[in-house]
Amino acid sequence: MSLPTASIDGYPFEKRHCLAIRDFHRADIENLLALGAYYLDLNVQKSPDNSVLRGKTLVNLFFENSTRTEKSFELAGRRLGADVISMNIGASSVKKGETLLDTAATLNAMNPDLLVVRHGSSGAPALLSQKVSCSVVNAGDGMHAHPTQALLDALTLRQAFDGQIDGLRIAICGDIRHSRVARSNVALLNMLGCEVRLVGPPTLIPSDADRWGVSVHHDMEDGLAGCDVVMMLRLQLERMNGAFVPSKREYFHFYGLDRRKLGFAKPGALVMHPGPMNRGVEISSDIADDPNVSLITQQVETGVAMRMAILHGLSDAQDRQKGQAELLS
Amino acid sequence: MKDILITNARLMDPASNRDEITHIYISNGKITNFGERLAATLEIDGTGLIAAPGLIDMRVITGEPGYEHRDTIASAAEAAMAGGVTTMVMMPNTSPVIDDISLIHYIERQGAETPVNVYTAGAVTKGLDGESLTEIGLMRAAGAVMFANGDKPIINAQIMRRILSYSASFNALIAHRPIEPDLSKDGVMHEGDLSARLGLTGIPAAAERIIAERDIALAELTGGRLLIDMISAQSTVDVIRRAKSRDIDLTCSVSFNNLCLNDLDIGDYRSFAKLDPPLREEADRQALIAGVNDGTIDVIVSAHNPQGAGRKRLPFAEASYGAVGLELMLSAGLTLTHDDNLDLMAFLRALTINPAQVLGLERGQICEGAAADLILIDPNRPWHVDNQTLKSRSKNTPFDRRRLTGRAVKTIISGEIVFDLDA
Repeated sequence: MSLPTASIDGYPFEKRHCLAIRDFHRADIENLLALGAYYLDLNVQKSPDNSVLRGKTLVNLFFENSTRTEKSFELAGRRLGADVISMNIGASSVKKGETLLDTAATLNAMNPDLLVVRHGSSGAPALLSQKVSCSVVNAGDGMHAHPTQALLDALTLRQAFDGQIDGLRIAICGDIRHSRVARSNVALLNMLGCEVRLVGPPTLIPSDADRWGVSVHHDMEDGLAGCDVVMMLRLQLERMNGAFVPSKREYFHFYGLDRRKLGFAKPGALVMHPGPMNRGVEISSDIADDPNVSLITQQVETGVAMRMAILHGLSDAQDRQKGQAELLS
Repeated sequence: MKDILITNARLMDPASNRDEITHIYISNGKITNFGERLAATLEIDGTGLIAAPGLIDMRVITGEPGYEHRDTIASAAEAAMAGGVTTMVMMPNTSPVIDDISLIHYIERQGAETPVNVYTAGAVTKGLDGESLTEIGLMRAAGAVMFANGDKPIINAQIMRRILSYSASFNALIAHRPIEPDLSKDGVMHEGDLSARLGLTGIPAAAERIIAERDIALAELTGGRLLIDMISAQSTVDVIRRAKSRDIDLTCSVSFNNLCLNDLDIGDYRSFAKLDPPLREEADRQALIAGVNDGTIDVIVSAHNPQGAGRKRLPFAEASYGAVGLELMLSAGLTLTHDDNLDLMAFLRALTINPAQVLGLERGQICEGAAADLILIDPNRPWHVDNQTLKSRSKNTPFDRRRLTGRAVKTIISGEIVFDLDA
């Protein structure tokens, strides 16, 4: 398999940043997913062409703790030949009163090419992207967006359903209100032609979610009926003690995924979870660990490939821009 | 003192509902004659201009004392004069809080250094703690024109009841923000479709309505004078419209920002549109305009709240609330009279005679013998706003780069021209 470029049907990937799904259109998404599928091939992934990002610097800037996302970007960057540094800002400068834009100016002076940002405030990566000269990848901001997770979920689904995911009926269940994964997935799956349903207690679904082009259900039996895929979301433990739902027990009884509730979905329906899971709270262990039903391990595996594709795409777009600038000068 | 004759201006005086083209003669700081072409040392051709009473802005925050880098009374006065505001009321949420007569005297002394008429709103609780009453009677005697708790609501209904009841004996006006603290906790914008999409915590319109209804009930119970300070939602307009049919001493105000903008102006996390009260939906904005037109909303304020760029250029949830408004309020409102259905006379009324009457000031009208505080407006003068040219020390405004139509071209206070756009 020869090294692809991020271009299908003569339409090259031109985006400078990866901040939210709504910044992309269908062709951009198809470019990235095609590239992701290429990197999924283990032979390619283990011995990739490390000239793709050679000489480029990738900075992981994490204002919130995350193991899997940070390591997955780190691995993706290294496999493609980039110099990778990871900074956990949560512990250092912010406590000294440095603002986000000060941090941005400092980092910009180090001339990175790719900046991967996770921040607890919605919109922070977008603000940062206005102030730095490199490409910014949003690795999760507040309750707003997590576009790389949505892309890897879409790629996982494409693999599981032989490339055909339009028309799939997908239920996203649990804490939609606080979930950036849900917001990005709704945007992307809608774009790819899936029928999306949101299922959860009214306190955990935003009041205007029915305006997102989805149907809203408060009952699992009703919401899961006829679904091809059930995507469970993590419920933050601090939200369970009477503030949003009365107790763990009651939540699992009505909204936790077990064999009985999975039975409401289409026979053979598959289960996803962005992780980390609360076993016994939103999902029972026997479902999470059943390889015939669960796509959870595949999601992690796809994560690295999808992130390689995103970094590759952004880097190609940068090089093309640079080439055009040189031609013009 | 020189005398001034303004010729052929369109006189719009909301107090008397006069709307006619006439000459206005000013001598010794007073308006003394209409209609006659008296000889004057200075003659201003008012053709095509509107002559209106100088605007009264009931809600101005400067940084003085305590945060002078944001704005001083002097720099805010410059902005006021450029925006046609001739009288302003200073809010008490400074550092220290204006909760004592000596501090009221301080603000008055600072205000006397500027041409603008400066009045003070005293704090209604000590240090704005929402619990212990200040010396409302003494501060009223020292010149405080109203009492407020800054931007913080008084949570305890019993305390609010006592405030309204106690202040009634001094005929003191209590301005209170309608905010239910638990419902608006952590909220940074209007709760709706957009806040859900942006992943920002919302403030539901019900949070405003609940406290507005509570305060109306308490004003009815005590006979106190209540001003509901800055409303933003359609449901609150309806509540006030209904309450006004009863015998309650009730008035309310609205920020010009909420008349001109809606939550979509936040767009992609523009923290300069992070305001308190929050910008709500278009239906709310239309209801507020209708409320001004039919007189349900008594007063329009600038909600001038200067904040440095360092407090604004932050992720949306962390940025400060507020925008400067003294210089922009008139132009933004005039633009609405062109593009939207805001009635010009109603707009001027809510900025002149209405606040004067609510505050008990003998200002806000153009009549024989009145102080010559008036402005000349070119209703069609275009303005492409550049925030860096604003006169306030802080430049935080959601109107940056906007095109406005109509501007004050001359501001006259006590017979002196204190601002001339074309000078």
